[in-house]
Amino acid sequence: MSAPTGITRATLLKDLRLEWRSKDAINSMLFFSLLVVVVFSFSFDPNAEESRRIAGGLIWVAILFAAIVALNQTWAREIRNQVLDAYRVSPAPANSLFLAKAIGNFIFVSVLEALMTPLFVVFYQLRPLGPVWQLLIVAALGTWALVVNGTFFAAMSLRTRSREIMLPLLLFPISIPALLGMVQATTNILTGEGARVWIALLLSYDLVFTTACLILFETVLNAE
Amino acid sequence: MNGYLIAAYTATWIIHIAYLLTLVSRYSRLKREIEELKKK
Amino acid sequence: MKKAFPILGILTAIVLSYALYQALVVAPTEQTMGEVQRIFYYHVTSAWTAFILFFINFIASVQYLCRSNSGTDRIASGVAIAVGAIVVAAAFFTPVPSGVRPSAVATTGLLITGLYFLIHSRFSRADTDVLAMVSAEVGVVFCTIVLVTGPIWARPVWGIWWTWDMRLTSTLVLWLIYVSYLVLRRFSSSGETPLLAATLAIFGALCVPFVYFSIWFFRTQHPQPVIGGGGSIDPRMMHVLLINWLAFSCFAFLICWSRYRLEKLQREVEQAQAMESLTQSSRSPR
Repeated sequence: MSAPTGITRATLLKDLRLEWRSKDAINSMLFFSLLVVVVFSFSFDPNAEESRRIAGGLIWVAILFAAIVALNQTWAREIRNQVLDAYRVSPAPANSLFLAKAIGNFIFVSVLEALMTPLFVVFYQLRPLGPVWQLLIVAALGTWALVVNGTFFAAMSLRTRSREIMLPLLLFPISIPALLGMVQATTNILTGEGARVWIALLLSYDLVFTTACLILFETVLNAE
Repeated sequence: MNGYLIAAYTATWIIHIAYLLTLVSRYSRLKREIEELKKK
Repeated sequence: MKKAFPILGILTAIVLSYALYQALVVAPTEQTMGEVQRIFYYHVTSAWTAFILFFINFIASVQYLCRSNSGTDRIASGVAIAVGAIVVAAAFFTPVPSGVRPSAVATTGLLITGLYFLIHSRFSRADTDVLAMVSAEVGVVFCTIVLVTGPIWARPVWGIWWTWDMRLTSTLVLWLIYVSYLVLRRFSSSGETPLLAATLAIFGALCVPFVYFSIWFFRTQHPQPVIGGGGSIDPRMMHVLLINWLAFSCFAFLICWSRYRLEKLQREVEQAQAMESLTQSSRSPR
């Protein structure tokens, strides 16, 4: 196995193992996600006809908020143990670290989605009229769009005052096209309309920004 | 002339002038700091 | 250079006044909307100016990132030439949307490349960072004007302040992206703020096509009244529009120049202050 993929895999497995052992972050995040779904259900009456039509948007906004909380602690462990300084002086490519973090966040947020989505379906009595497998594709592409930029901006926010607010402040504007795509694709699939253009948009968005993150992460990592 | 028209043109110039005023105040503050530095 | 400033200032003021006169008096009154339509001359020119400034921010950010070593610098210069060439070729070999002259597209292509090399020659690498900041800031000012005049125009014409139409919504997202850029600059405590800001600027610029496409497609699915109307423009109105654009471009240039000088002066002062506290602390007894 080549060195970069080896590093990615090793870092990823380490992160997953640490999360699994401590279970602190996972448990509190899961409970937070549950709370978000319940609060939304109180705010947007699930019985009203309009709410079923905006359920797609509600799910993704809920996921977005949960993801922000998860993304904010992406680099916390690395900062505490001065891992980033060690990484800067090592010959290892910065990409590998970024990819490991991004994939880790992707898995983490996907677990949260796996909890939140059934709850939404139950609370809002959702019955998708379109193909469900397309929903999985939208979920994957949409989550990756949020996570890849989120991991990158989390690294950028490390050296700012008000670190926690900086991440959503940077992430939200850039994510707007992707958010529009995710929400419209989900809504269209739920109502049985075509979502192909939105899925194509999400796919190209993911390709462009993953490339940009991989190229530019080294610069951000080395920024003092 | 239309009230909305006047409002739009006025708003434009208010925004421009407000920005220019911030530049002026930042410049005078800088001048003060330069004077202080020169004294030392 | 400094002596030119007051002269240019007076000239710009004259052109702005003339443009205002043209917009309010000379330009023909629009049939359906009436006098309110004249807002168009300030609304559209501010939008064009903002876009150009954001584009300058993009070029300056790219140069800041790429000019750190000669290899990437040459690649970036090559890309700038290639982009210009492609646009010029596209002007003559691909179908152009109606109402747009191929020569205008070709000129735009040449101007893009020209602008890149103009900035490359006139600004050192460190100065491109200052240019990036200045163009973003002034761009946000003009973008704010677009977002303020848009609703003021929409209200009498459509009865509502905001319609989530294609142009206003895209401008809003653009405004959000560049305000977040300015916030990063303000809140970053790193010594390498220029690098981080340049990176964010690249992300913002990459986002722009997605913003326009996604909102355009959304609007074709869910049509709404379009602020600013479509269709062709009366040539007399186009004439007034261009005069106002020229006036505001000169104005924007002067503002950017002032802001640029202010920023450079501020950085010098900060450096001097840092040196001062350094020598002070080494002098004071322990």
